[in-house]
Amino acid sequence: MSPGWILRAAAIAGYTLLMAPAVLVAAISFSAGDFLTFPPPGFSTRWYVALLTNAELMTALRNSAILALIVAFVALLAGAPAAYALARLDFPGRAAIAAFLAAPLLLPSLVLGLALLLALQPLKLAATWPGLVLAHSMVAVPFAVRIMATAFAAVPRDLEEAAWTLGATRLRAAWRITLPLAAPGAVAAGALCFLVSFDETVISLFLVGPRLTTLPVEMFRYAESRTDPLVAALAMTLILVALAVVLLVERLVGFSKALGRE
Amino acid sequence: MIAYLLLLPAVAILAAGFLYPVALLARISLNRTTDLGAMEEALSLDTFAKVAGDEFTWELAANTATLAAGSALAATALALPVALLIRAAPARWRGVLSLMAIAPLLISGTARVVGWMAILGDRGLINAALLWLGLASDPVRLINNWTGVRIGLTESLMPYACLVLIAGLGRLDTRLEEAAATLGATRSRTFLRITLPLALPALLAAFLLTFVLGVSAFITPRLMGGGRVFVVATEIFDLALQTVDWPAAAAMAMLLLGALILAMLLRSVVARRTA
Repeated sequence: MSPGWILRAAAIAGYTLLMAPAVLVAAISFSAGDFLTFPPPGFSTRWYVALLTNAELMTALRNSAILALIVAFVALLAGAPAAYALARLDFPGRAAIAAFLAAPLLLPSLVLGLALLLALQPLKLAATWPGLVLAHSMVAVPFAVRIMATAFAAVPRDLEEAAWTLGATRLRAAWRITLPLAAPGAVAAGALCFLVSFDETVISLFLVGPRLTTLPVEMFRYAESRTDPLVAALAMTLILVALAVVLLVERLVGFSKALGRE
Repeated sequence: MIAYLLLLPAVAILAAGFLYPVALLARISLNRTTDLGAMEEALSLDTFAKVAGDEFTWELAANTATLAAGSALAATALALPVALLIRAAPARWRGVLSLMAIAPLLISGTARVVGWMAILGDRGLINAALLWLGLASDPVRLINNWTGVRIGLTESLMPYACLVLIAGLGRLDTRLEEAAATLGATRSRTFLRITLPLALPALLAAFLLTFVLGVSAFITPRLMGGGRVFVVATEIFDLALQTVDWPAAAAMAMLLLGALILAMLLRSVVARRTA
């Protein structure tokens, strides 16, 4: 049955609401004005120039990019073997371990951030690289495990078994057959983990300090205190990074499948 | 054996960064705060009693529950037509339409708040339109208050509702609606008597998920509320980082977790009932 006009209109309203913030951020980021005024008084790239010449924000951007790369790497390195075990092997306690490896995603990031502050502050690990990598890994590792487990499960078992028949050891078969076939899933998982860390705000707010801060935290603080289009240029930068990751993941494995709870 | 070896790194990282901190959070909620504001080792429920005995806590809880329920309801209602359209769309459009509905999930919450500031602010899109149309002579306050928080939170919860509804509605048999139409039912009657009852379990699941997420939302209430909107999440943040009363922050976080676990149990009961 083709959708009627009421459904079409209601769906368009829904999509408008979903798209509106990103569209407005894009428009305002090129504003020539001094405030978040719509319509913008004129077109200019001055706020992007202001962003690029803002030393503090550029340091935060560099920190966030490095942190996200390390977190994605750690998440894949720890997550891929775990995902292989969960997807391919049978052992006592499998369900319990699978639940444990997904558990941090069920915890509100506010509570996780508070818990990490209480644990890392006394150890002098708050506002340090190891502390932030560990904190961001709590969101990234479960993501990597989930996506990689789906990717490994999608590789037909027959191929691995054929390799065994031909004399390959289990390790060799996993390394030479299953892993390469699951590679698109691994790249998708790495990209999503990068983004999860790059965008992470709430946990970081508990853990950053004057010595080490991240871009989303600086954007949050900027938006809390001032409302000039610099913050829109900053937001646009984050949206573009997110968009790049979304398109990459969509190409590789399909976005809904990667995020789906099924 | 090899399985446990493969699992070890991931389990070890989560034990250090999740299990230990959450256990410590529970432990610290049993500590006390002295009159001077220092933390005192203890094994008592004094801090819980102090938090639960404070009228402000209950005001915050009521604020939070009302906000989350309203925004979750609105997000679910707005996601329904989106999910129905995707279900009815030709297969080749479904992927793009789903992507457009779910992708905002990955846009930083702060970036979206900046967009809402440009829409709802005193010099924003809506006020510009209202003034231009002559519908208002002064800007209407749509931001830095509860209105702004409700709108922002609704939008930030919508992709989650879409995710649940797209999956849930995709499983429903479209032939039932076609049969109703063939038998002479109007569109609205088919929707009310066939589609809506069939979609009810998915709608309930979407509402409960977005409610749980709304209860613990922090960025939107903080930024869209402009410091004038107080919910449980903003209070936990302030207790931890401004007042630096760790036991109180931990106790309130434990109470929030308890409430969320209750809501999730309810969700699994609902899921089992309707499965």
